[in-house]
Amino acid sequence: MTDASAEERQLAKVWARPEGWRYFSDVNNSVIGLWYICAAFAFMLFGGALALIIRLQLAVPDNNLVSSETYSQLFTLHGTVMMFLFAVPIFEAVAILILPAMLGARDLPFPRLSAFGFWCFLIGGVFVCGSIFFGAAPDAGWFMYPPLSTEQSGIGADVWLLGLSFIEVASIAAAVELIVGVLKCRAPGMHINLTPLYGWYVLIVGGMILFAFPPLIAGDILFELERAFDWPFFDVTRGGDPILWQHLFWIFGHPEVYIIFLPAIALLAMIVPTFAQRPIAGYSWIVLSAIGTGFLSFGLWVHHMFTTGLPAISLGFFSAASEAVAIPTGIQIFAFIATVMLGKVTRTVPMLYALGALAIFIVGGLTGVMVAVAPFDFQAHDSYFIVAHLHYTLIGGMLFPVMAGIQYYYPFMVGKTLSWRIGVWSFWLMFAGFNVAFLPMHFTGLLGMPRRVFTYSAEMGWDWLNLISTIGSFVFAAGFLLFVWDCLRPKGHEPNAPRNIWNAGTLEWASKVPSDPWGMRSIPWVHSRYPLWDDKELLSTIDEGKGLLANAGEGKRETLVSAVLDAEPEQVLRVPGPSWIPAITALGLSGVFIFPVFKLWPATALSGVLFLASLLYWLWTGTAVIPEKKTKDIGGGLRLPLYVSGVRSTGWWAMFITMVGDLTAFLSLLFGYFFFWTIHEDFPPPGVDGPGWAWPAVAAGMVILTWGTTLGARLVNARGDRVVARIFLGLGMGLAVATGLALAAGPWTTGLDPTSHAYPAIVWALVVWIIAHLAVGFVMQAYCLAGSIFGKLTPEYDADLWNVTLYWHFTGFCALLTALVIGGFPLLA
Amino acid sequence: MLAAPVILLAGCSPQQSALHPAGVDAHELANLFWFMSAAGFVVWLIVMGAAIYAVLGRRKPTSERFGDNFILIGGVAFPTIGLAILLVFGLSLLPSWGRDDVPELRVHVQAEQYWWRLSYELRDGSRLETANELHLPVDAVIEFALTSSDVIHSFWIPALGGKMDAIPGRTNLLRLEPTKPGIYRGVCAEFCGPSHALMAFPVEVHDADGFAAWLEAEQRPASDVGSGTFLAAGCGACHTVRGVTEISSIGPDLTHLAARGTIGAGTLPNNADQLLAWISSPDHIKPDARMPPYESLPESDRRAIVDYLVSLK
Repeated sequence: MTDASAEERQLAKVWARPEGWRYFSDVNNSVIGLWYICAAFAFMLFGGALALIIRLQLAVPDNNLVSSETYSQLFTLHGTVMMFLFAVPIFEAVAILILPAMLGARDLPFPRLSAFGFWCFLIGGVFVCGSIFFGAAPDAGWFMYPPLSTEQSGIGADVWLLGLSFIEVASIAAAVELIVGVLKCRAPGMHINLTPLYGWYVLIVGGMILFAFPPLIAGDILFELERAFDWPFFDVTRGGDPILWQHLFWIFGHPEVYIIFLPAIALLAMIVPTFAQRPIAGYSWIVLSAIGTGFLSFGLWVHHMFTTGLPAISLGFFSAASEAVAIPTGIQIFAFIATVMLGKVTRTVPMLYALGALAIFIVGGLTGVMVAVAPFDFQAHDSYFIVAHLHYTLIGGMLFPVMAGIQYYYPFMVGKTLSWRIGVWSFWLMFAGFNVAFLPMHFTGLLGMPRRVFTYSAEMGWDWLNLISTIGSFVFAAGFLLFVWDCLRPKGHEPNAPRNIWNAGTLEWASKVPSDPWGMRSIPWVHSRYPLWDDKELLSTIDEGKGLLANAGEGKRETLVSAVLDAEPEQVLRVPGPSWIPAITALGLSGVFIFPVFKLWPATALSGVLFLASLLYWLWTGTAVIPEKKTKDIGGGLRLPLYVSGVRSTGWWAMFITMVGDLTAFLSLLFGYFFFWTIHEDFPPPGVDGPGWAWPAVAAGMVILTWGTTLGARLVNARGDRVVARIFLGLGMGLAVATGLALAAGPWTTGLDPTSHAYPAIVWALVVWIIAHLAVGFVMQAYCLAGSIFGKLTPEYDADLWNVTLYWHFTGFCALLTALVIGGFPLLA
Repeated sequence: MLAAPVILLAGCSPQQSALHPAGVDAHELANLFWFMSAAGFVVWLIVMGAAIYAVLGRRKPTSERFGDNFILIGGVAFPTIGLAILLVFGLSLLPSWGRDDVPELRVHVQAEQYWWRLSYELRDGSRLETANELHLPVDAVIEFALTSSDVIHSFWIPALGGKMDAIPGRTNLLRLEPTKPGIYRGVCAEFCGPSHALMAFPVEVHDADGFAAWLEAEQRPASDVGSGTFLAAGCGACHTVRGVTEISSIGPDLTHLAARGTIGAGTLPNNADQLLAWISSPDHIKPDARMPPYESLPESDRRAIVDYLVSLK
């Protein structure tokens, strides 16, 4: 034990935070998480300010505080900001901050990916929000229904489509990071059924993001193709249909609600046991019902479309599914109440917020049950009743739980305590203000007030109700500002919070105050769900360096990677330290999304080059680095490899998860193809004979060969035959190009004009999607080839080749399916 | 909690209210609303009561099995049974007619930014074109065939029943059955552009005789006395006045404009002053309105046009 303090100095040196202006090059989860939370709350305040202007405009009838055009921008941006820049990002922000400590990891597996996601989010968010100061904000409502939004002049819709697509990249990046974090970075012994509930929720929500966001991205692509290049996906005069957008949007939009709701409930699942001073009741019930909610949430989207003229059978099915989702939600709530009943309650501010959340959310849940009954929705839909319902759901199901979480985790995040008195005041102001503002809206709506009206006449009898709502909204805002003040007020002179201030049982509370960037001094074995309660020796094991990975002798940042199910330690993962490269890469990507809004094509191309160059530099210098030795002794008699490839590596899982999301986007485009088939009696339309079957058949053959050579390269390389592997890779590159050319040749030679009709447009969209993927695959093959030549990729250290092969499994499958559908389906139809 | 809004409701004007029903569907749905609200309130009291008792209560369960039972009964059994009952009851209110059932009256509605093109199917198979004011017979099943010429709108008369979207390229059917004569108000419920808030229409439900009389009056052609300036200014390039000018119907039919209660699709009261303001600068009253402003016409001409319009009873 002589060198215990030496070990500590090593850790401190290796994990030191960059100082001065270099502070912003940090990638450590504890810093990125904090930035992320601050940015999300800043956007939330901005969205709230927009809402207050909306409420002022509606305070009295026939008001002309703002023009109709401004009002449209206000409500569109309010919804967009709250959903895309606050509700989803705050989940990612909080998870990035607390998850590693909760799981006993030193950092997330891909710190630079978190940083990259954060910079994308910040740049994209500022871009979208800033548009309103130029009167150029999107103004067709946050769900952007075409044809209103496709036919609009101005750049508002493009700001929305491209700005948000960019932010969705950040969301998916965070989802990949968090899923791999939960699956692979748990403390040794933290079997999957010992994982804190928060980890389960993160896993489920991460999975939902992978299946929910890609349909929206696919929709965005179609939408932008229509706006920029006049491909008529949603134009009825040329075979398109605006309803396709509604499907794609709500296949995203409804799971989105649960993507927002579940992580907030997850915070309650951590808070409730702590203040009941006992383990959660019904752990398995909660996990199963969270999974159930996740599944069901994908079967409800049509309840946003009840008034679009669907057949009664659809209405019945989606009504039933929408009612059913209340059951798992109810189970979770009753499990929390049961925990409190069985426990010894500490009355604290977080518990007050939790109770307030419950009181509000149940109202939202019950009105949700009401509008799920299709006939009642015919009245309530698009009225202020829905405005009331969705705010009860989101504020009770998300904002209040998140505030409870911030109150609860503030000592963990900042090391100081929040004021009890200010907390109670802000709670009651917000709770009262919220109900005064939103309860009357149920009646305003049923008295006939549609949503999104910028004015109304005094004769309608809505004036008093609206005035009350406006007053309530300002009280609510005052309460929130009080909370913000409490968080931000200088606390330098106050003593630090005691360690584990709430006497909680989970691992994140083992951290010291103030907490260290490396998390725990050493990583203990975990044998229960509440290790701090059940293992009295735990803190001393951690602090005295008796756990695993107690040193950083090689001068590298390291964290443990364990097996997915039983969390047996598998690898010491080297994670990167401070770097500007994520911010530069994000800047490049932001240009790719932002310049097209202004049709600045050369600048777009330049940004693309910057993005690609910095991405390759990032990968080349920082991933799959061959370590200086094969294994490392981490204490406890364990010696673990420093490098693994294939299914045991975090990179493979990240690729797998990313490609699942990518596959979902592809299938959404394919859904578009078959959707057009269902709405047209003649499909392909008469007189169109493209793309024929011959070229697609050639493309199918080519892609099988490309796929095969890439897989072959991996197998041959693993056998040690480097030269043959290089030949295979080079051959694969050529075949990838040939596949792309053959695929394009079909619609090209038969003269399919994408602007003439939705059919050629969707065929081209599929072809372009695949060609883009072939191009990425080509770059990957070239990267591996270079790696092999320059000694970065060897028969022993072949993680890159594993991941590229995995990429080709997905891309090969998608390309094959595309060739079969565009070539073969017209023969059947 | 529910009492205060009920008092508020009693005092307000019920023209556009789903809670002051005047149609079969609206009645059923208002009852469903009150029933679900009351049941929901009871559920809320039970759950919140349990939660507050859990925090503040003194006598508490000690057995671990309590947790599972509590979750099973409160979280599984109770909502499953409650929701199943609600679902059966609620879905029984879905419209049950098939496309073969013939309605007593069919009205074609084409929503446009920002007004309503209405076309009544008459018994002889011909069509009666009008705009922006709906007249319906009481106690009859009326079918609306809804479509749109530009963006998505939604056709909603809260006092008579639920809404249905008007979508370009599609025709959606909606049936309503008014039960009480009177004047109501319909609106566009789907955001359709800057003047979405100003896209309404008065709905007058007549007794059978009253409706027949209206229909007969509406079918008469207009008189061309005083139409000189109206025609010379080119109003006929967009508007039809049956019997006077029928070359174009881009804008609303004006044949019996003066008989309507409002102009600008429920936006302004229909009188000479407002008509003058409207034709001078419609865009000022309804942002993004398609009709161009005619401020450039001499005021005497505009007044002559208004005089003619006022005569179109």
